[in-house]
Amino acid sequence: MKYRPRLRSFLAGLGAAIVLSTALVAVLAPLLVPHDPFAQDLGSRLVPPSWMVGGRPANLLGTDQLGRDYLSRLIYGARISMLIGVLTVVASGLIGITLGVLGGFFGGRIDDVVMFVITCRLSIPLILVALSVVSLVGSSLIVVVLTLGLLLWDRFAVVARATTMQVRTQDYVAAAWGAGCSRFSILVREVLPNIAHHLVVVATLEMALAILLEAALSFLGLGVPPPLPSWGLMIAEAKDYMFFSPWVIMVPGIALFVLVLGINLLGDGLRDLLGAARDA
Amino acid sequence: MVNFIIRRLLLAMLVMLTVLTISFALTRLSGDLAVSIAGPQATAEDVAIIRKAYGLDRPEIVQFFDWARSVASGDLGRSYLYHTPVADLIANRLPVTLTLGLVGLCIALATAIPLGILAAMREGSLVDRGIMLIAVIGQAMPSFWLGLLLIIWLGLKLQWLPISGVDEWDGYVLPGIVLAFSAIPALMRLTRSGMVDALASDYVRTARAKGLSRVSIVLKHALRNAAMPVVAVAAVQLGFMLGGSIVIEAVFSLHGVGYLGWESISKNDFPVVQAVVLFLAALFIVLTLFADLLNAVLDPRLRTG
Repeated sequence: MKYRPRLRSFLAGLGAAIVLSTALVAVLAPLLVPHDPFAQDLGSRLVPPSWMVGGRPANLLGTDQLGRDYLSRLIYGARISMLIGVLTVVASGLIGITLGVLGGFFGGRIDDVVMFVITCRLSIPLILVALSVVSLVGSSLIVVVLTLGLLLWDRFAVVARATTMQVRTQDYVAAAWGAGCSRFSILVREVLPNIAHHLVVVATLEMALAILLEAALSFLGLGVPPPLPSWGLMIAEAKDYMFFSPWVIMVPGIALFVLVLGINLLGDGLRDLLGAARDA
Repeated sequence: MVNFIIRRLLLAMLVMLTVLTISFALTRLSGDLAVSIAGPQATAEDVAIIRKAYGLDRPEIVQFFDWARSVASGDLGRSYLYHTPVADLIANRLPVTLTLGLVGLCIALATAIPLGILAAMREGSLVDRGIMLIAVIGQAMPSFWLGLLLIIWLGLKLQWLPISGVDEWDGYVLPGIVLAFSAIPALMRLTRSGMVDALASDYVRTARAKGLSRVSIVLKHALRNAAMPVVAVAAVQLGFMLGGSIVIEAVFSLHGVGYLGWESISKNDFPVVQAVVLFLAALFIVLTLFADLLNAVLDPRLRTG
């Protein structure tokens, strides 16, 4: 695609800046928060952000329905979103890449099985199944990560399979066969490094999706349990007050939107940079 | 072709069987169903009564085959909560979800196709980049949050549209817009890339040489060829939308199938949960089957594969 390179690299840089600064905020959260994100103060509930009428300097982004400092909760929320995003990508990447590489490399019956498993996964209604699992097993951060990891591997598998099929026929793989390398060593040393750049792009897409899904699950009351400050949960808890003070859903919503946008822009930038194929 | 269809049908049935097994296993995740149904205050006797009444004292494998047999004969079980057949519950809620899905799909296509065409016609320009940026922004928008924003602005501030319920047709507009957002990026990219290929093809060059107008070339020649893959993907997207409408139904209090599933999950009504999972999966399987057959009709090379 012949887009203007300056705009393109600006957007990619913007994405990288958003993701890096969110990661930094997540790591340094305890040092950054002005207040305890869990400390309630029922005397000062729903204080608007400091630049609005009735706001006060102590609570830059105001307080929530229980008087907890919104900025502090937002900062701790970054931890949850980043944690969910990264861990889900690790879990789903392990499953999806293993399946995809095996199917693409060995072909035949093994590939049929892999394709069948992918088809089954795609047929399952994602959110409904995730909700049921969290509801039945009990809601906690780790359950959400495992559930999403077990459900979101499909794109990893599809891309790993397709790219492995291409790499399999390359000369250097034939050379490795000829040199007497084992299957395992060919998979790990020849195939994986040469499809890795495609998988990095998929990882950004899946990270964005995982963060959105966690927020949706928490919004529906079956994600991360309160009082943890998940951004989705913050929106759900603030929903009843949004008609009188719309900022209560604006603050966590914008944070969520900006982070996911940043990850997607970074992914697009990486795709251009690494020359990975566009899928979907 | 017949071989291909038979293969595809067999595959669809195998997938269906697998989903049947998964949806059964899913509801057994909590360990003891009877305890979950009885609730936290129940005594050991209550649990025992429930276990007997719902046939949960039988071995799991017997329960599974019992359920599979009744599903095969069209009986999806009875709700613990409403004491009515689950099939009736789903049938009652289905029109809402189907209407919502179709409204969403129409809005998505009506937005994605013109924008995709425009981007392809101005490939590489700032217009193209701007349109693709809209796709990225659309992908990043949390659907439930977008729904709440639309409720505040369009529904409450401007009072253009109702904010919940579907007593009138216009109740579907806001949720339809939100649902469409999830499908627009993929459809737009596909339209764009299909149109870029079509516009660069020989038959378009011939049409240009014949002196046909730009509008006629784009709409009659190029679009016709670019549209078919879009139709196939639209069918799959509709499947995703029907499965994903649960969040939007919750935001707008639409009592559709997704809402039924959500309600049943929070009230431990397991027969409904497993039936809704199975039903939505079946819808998706049928829609992808349609898309595959459509692709096979369009591209004979696929039939042998």
